[in-house]
Amino acid sequence: MSNKLKTFTNGIIKENPVLVLVLGTCPTIATSTSVLNALGMGLAATFVLLGSNIVISLLRNIIPNKVRIPCFIVVIAGFVSVVQLLLQAYVQSLYQSLGIFLPLIVVNCIILGRAEMFASKNNVIDSALDGLGMGLGFTLALFCMATVREILGSGTWCGITLTANLFDPIAIMKLTPGGFLVYGVLIAIMNKFAKHKPKKKLDCAACGACAGCAGGCPSAENKEGGCEA
Amino acid sequence: MKEMIVILLSAILTQNFVLSKTLGICPFLGVSKKLDSAVGMSVAVTFVMVLATAATWPIQTYLLDKYELGYMQTIVFILVIAALVQLVEMALKKFLPPLYEALGIYLPLITTNCAVLGVAVLNIDEKYNFGQSMVNALGAGLGFLLAMVLFAGVRGRMENMDIPESFQGLPITLIAASIVSMSFMGFSGVVDGLLK
Repeated sequence: MSNKLKTFTNGIIKENPVLVLVLGTCPTIATSTSVLNALGMGLAATFVLLGSNIVISLLRNIIPNKVRIPCFIVVIAGFVSVVQLLLQAYVQSLYQSLGIFLPLIVVNCIILGRAEMFASKNNVIDSALDGLGMGLGFTLALFCMATVREILGSGTWCGITLTANLFDPIAIMKLTPGGFLVYGVLIAIMNKFAKHKPKKKLDCAACGACAGCAGGCPSAENKEGGCEA
Repeated sequence: MKEMIVILLSAILTQNFVLSKTLGICPFLGVSKKLDSAVGMSVAVTFVMVLATAATWPIQTYLLDKYELGYMQTIVFILVIAALVQLVEMALKKFLPPLYEALGIYLPLITTNCAVLGVAVLNIDEKYNFGQSMVNALGAGLGFLLAMVLFAGVRGRMENMDIPESFQGLPITLIAASIVSMSFMGFSGVVDGLLK
C-alpha cells in the first residue's frame, strides 16, 4: 500500500514534472497567466495523462516495440480530442482562453514521457496512480506560478481583487518575459530547498541498497537531462 | 505582396514563436548551448515547419473541411508531422551524416516540438490561404532561428559568470530568456511602422 502511495506522490513533489524534471515548459509559461487558466490547463492535462496512462498500460503487451511511439501518440491525441470537444461544448470561456495550447497537449512532453517511462512498463493501477500524481504535480506547479503572476501582474487572484490600492499591477508579469522570470525563480527556490537530496541518493548507492536506487535511476537520468537543458 | 511581408516580419519579430508565443521552449533551452547545434536544430525545425504546413494545409482544406471531419484535426496533424520528421531523419542520416550526428537525440524531439504542430494549427485558426500559411511557417522557422542564435550568444557569455548556487543551470538560463524576450517586446509596432 505504501508503494502505491509512493507512486502517487512521486509526481507531486519528488519528481514534479515542471519544477524537477523540467518537462512541458511551453504550456507552463503560456497558460499560467491567471489561476483559473492554470487550473483548467492542469486538469485537462491530468485527464489526458490519466486516460493515456491507463490505455497504454492495458495495451503494453500488444503494441509492438518498434512502432510504440506512434501508437502512444495516437492514444494521446485521441484523449486530447475528447478534452477539446468536451471543453468546447461545456466550458466555452476556458476553451477560448487556452486557445492553441489545448490541442498542443498532444505534444506535451510530460504525457509522452510518462507513457514511455512508466505506463509501458507497469500495471494498470500503478500507471493510473502515476498519471494522476504527475498530472496533479503539473497542476500544482502551474497553480503556484499562476498565483505569483496573477497577483503581481493584475492584482487579482482567481479574479478577486487583492491589491487594489497597494501597488500598480506589473503588466509584464502577465506577458512572456514574466513567465520565464517566475519559472526561473521558482526552480531556484526548489533547488535551494532540495539541495541535500541528491547527496542522500549517492549515499544509498554507496551503501549497496541498490533496490531503492534502481527505481530512481531513470528519473536521475532525466534530471541530468533537465540540468543540461 | 505587402501582406506577405507583414506576415513574414511579424512571425519573425513581433510574434516570435519562442519569445512571444512561448512555443518550442524545450529545444530553445536544450540545444542553445552551442552556436552550431543551435543553427542545425533551427534549420531542421524550419524545414519541418514548412513541410508540415505544405502537408497539413491541403489535408485540412480538401479532406477534413470537405467531409466535416474537423474533430480529427489533432490526430491527423500529429501523425503527418511524426511521419515527416521520420523522413527528414532518414534523409539526413543518408545525405548529411555529420549534421545527423550533431543533432542526435534532438531530431526525434521535433515531433514533440510544439512549435511545429503550433504553426500548423495556427495557420488554420487564422484562416490563412496556402501562400500565407507557407510564408507564416517560414517566418516562424526563421524567428526560431533568430531566437536560438541570439540566445546561444547570451549563454556563451554566461559560461564564465559567477552565479549563486541555487540559480546555476536552468534558473539563470530562464531568467536570461526572460530578458531576451523582454528585449523582443521592443519590436512591437515596428512592422506596422515600417510599411506605412
